[in-house]
Amino acid sequence: MSNVPDSLRYTSDHEWTKDEGGRVTVGITAFAVEQLGDITLVNIDVKVGDDLEAGKAFGTIESVKTLSDLFAPVSGKVVAVNADLESKPELVNEDCYGKAWMITLDAAPGSTSALLDAAAYNAHLKATAH
Amino acid sequence: MFEGARGFQFHEKSIFESGAPGRTGVSLAPLDVPAVNPKKHFGAFARGVPAALPEVSEPEVTRHFVRLSQYNFSIDTQFYPLGSCTMKFNPKVNEWAARLRGFAQLHPYMPESMWQGGLELMARLEDLLSDIVGMDHVSLQPAAGAQGELAGLMMIRAYHQSKGRTPKKVLIPDTAHGTNPASCALNGLTAVPFPSGDDGIIDPARVAAMIDDDTAAIMITNPNTIGLFERHLPTISKMVHDRGALVYGDGANLNALMGRARPGDLGIDVMQFNLHKTFTTPHGGGGPGCGPVAFTKALEPFQPSPVIRRSDGPSRYSLDYNRPHSIGRLRSFVGNFGMMVRAYAYIREMGAEGLKAATDLAVLNANYVRATIGDDYPAAFDALCMHEVIVSDKRIQKETGIKTLDIAKRLIDFGFHPPTVYFPLVVPGAMMIEPTETESKETIDQFVAAMKQIAVEARENPDKLREAPTTTRIARLDEARAARKPRLRWSPPVVEAETAAGE
Repeated sequence: MSNVPDSLRYTSDHEWTKDEGGRVTVGITAFAVEQLGDITLVNIDVKVGDDLEAGKAFGTIESVKTLSDLFAPVSGKVVAVNADLESKPELVNEDCYGKAWMITLDAAPGSTSALLDAAAYNAHLKATAH
Repeated sequence: MFEGARGFQFHEKSIFESGAPGRTGVSLAPLDVPAVNPKKHFGAFARGVPAALPEVSEPEVTRHFVRLSQYNFSIDTQFYPLGSCTMKFNPKVNEWAARLRGFAQLHPYMPESMWQGGLELMARLEDLLSDIVGMDHVSLQPAAGAQGELAGLMMIRAYHQSKGRTPKKVLIPDTAHGTNPASCALNGLTAVPFPSGDDGIIDPARVAAMIDDDTAAIMITNPNTIGLFERHLPTISKMVHDRGALVYGDGANLNALMGRARPGDLGIDVMQFNLHKTFTTPHGGGGPGCGPVAFTKALEPFQPSPVIRRSDGPSRYSLDYNRPHSIGRLRSFVGNFGMMVRAYAYIREMGAEGLKAATDLAVLNANYVRATIGDDYPAAFDALCMHEVIVSDKRIQKETGIKTLDIAKRLIDFGFHPPTVYFPLVVPGAMMIEPTETESKETIDQFVAAMKQIAVEARENPDKLREAPTTTRIARLDEARAARKPRLRWSPPVVEAETAAGE
């Protein structure tokens, strides 16, 4: 089973969020990385200051297998973008919960509480794998 | 014993590194026209130093390219079940026809009276293709399936504009090929994806809820990308037409229908052909292609220009450029004529019964593969398939940790081109196998035997799969590194030196 840290909140699209008092950092989960394989390109289409609406695409991630959209898990203003990923997409394979964070949003306090906790996300993974 | 064996494999250098200064493979006739000074005519554009072309003899250049060709898989050498691509054998009679002097030496600037035969062949091919899909007209001009699709959507847009409307939405099911949304974007239209029903095909109720006055068209591939026949197409077409919108048919999977069902009868208004798939013209290496577009009477005024006109008299066929409502020209002259000759030769060689038999056999072969490898690689959908089958290796993956890509690479060692893998995305561990009608039972049996042996190896000797391929000139490539750090240009050092000297 994939690594699912207890401290994070998740979406059913296999993204994780770390909520530090309304500053929400976003990345993709170990399960997503396993499914995608070797990541070859991360394109983040938003810049600091942009407003993002929950569910809207903020970029794309490309692997040797496929190309997928990255979705904003919550609404908020973009306060940081991980520029390293542009030149080092392999970071996503190496450290998806750490160095490969993608964006940080300034969101309403408590906005991640509606997302899945680790137990619920694990259950979602089990259901997907059938 | 598998036929796929190691050929003679040379470590072939780039052609720029072969040969020697001053060596040449051609002998030019003496100059029999006045010499000109390029500097005088072209000024700064005239080349200061000779181009750094390879200097090689005829045997060197022949061996170079023949050896490179021996590294390749091709339909002429191997079974090529690449799903979604219809890699059927291209009969040699097509090549004979395309090389006939009267066709091969036509020049597009000849007066029409001098190439009536060429124009007649085009007119006849248009009629045959119209007949096959049950539609009123065909334009042969688009140079590829994707361009045919573009032409079709341009015609749809022009049709709405002629009625004073500018609807923007094009409904596209989630199983569609990626070209569909691309063609929409090129036309300033918005692709609106919608999920298929639980049975893998389009649910009319879902479409009904999405159609509104801003809907320009729906794009449908039939059979769809997961190989299922869109049973509700006539109902869906009627709903779409009732709201003033049109139905675009993606003809990519025509090989499953040809001679058995006509898209025109199912309510399609416009569709493209991929002649290199269904009608055995070469897939080419990005070479000249042909993607005709078929359409109903209502769309006729908008078709690409020029249009072949038929009449009585000594010049029975002519090109009509006076097409005020046309979407315009998509390709120089009349398109890629050589491909039209090949497709025409194929259709005439097969005849109506032959085309029907080809379709039947394509579907039978795919179902034979589905049934014979099902124990190791179960079909993703528990139903008869059309011309291709999608199987999943999920079970083997779970048991052994082997990946789909490992299985695909190992197939190369047995002399088979791998099927399409990881597509469609809705199936985990997908392998999309399209044997086509041109393969014998013996060849398919060998392929099935190889797939079964690979399943055994995955359990007993998985490294064999992880290290594959081992019989190719170059072992497994690091695809991730190639994509992350691509080297897009290679220049021979000699060119740099000479350019520097010349400046």
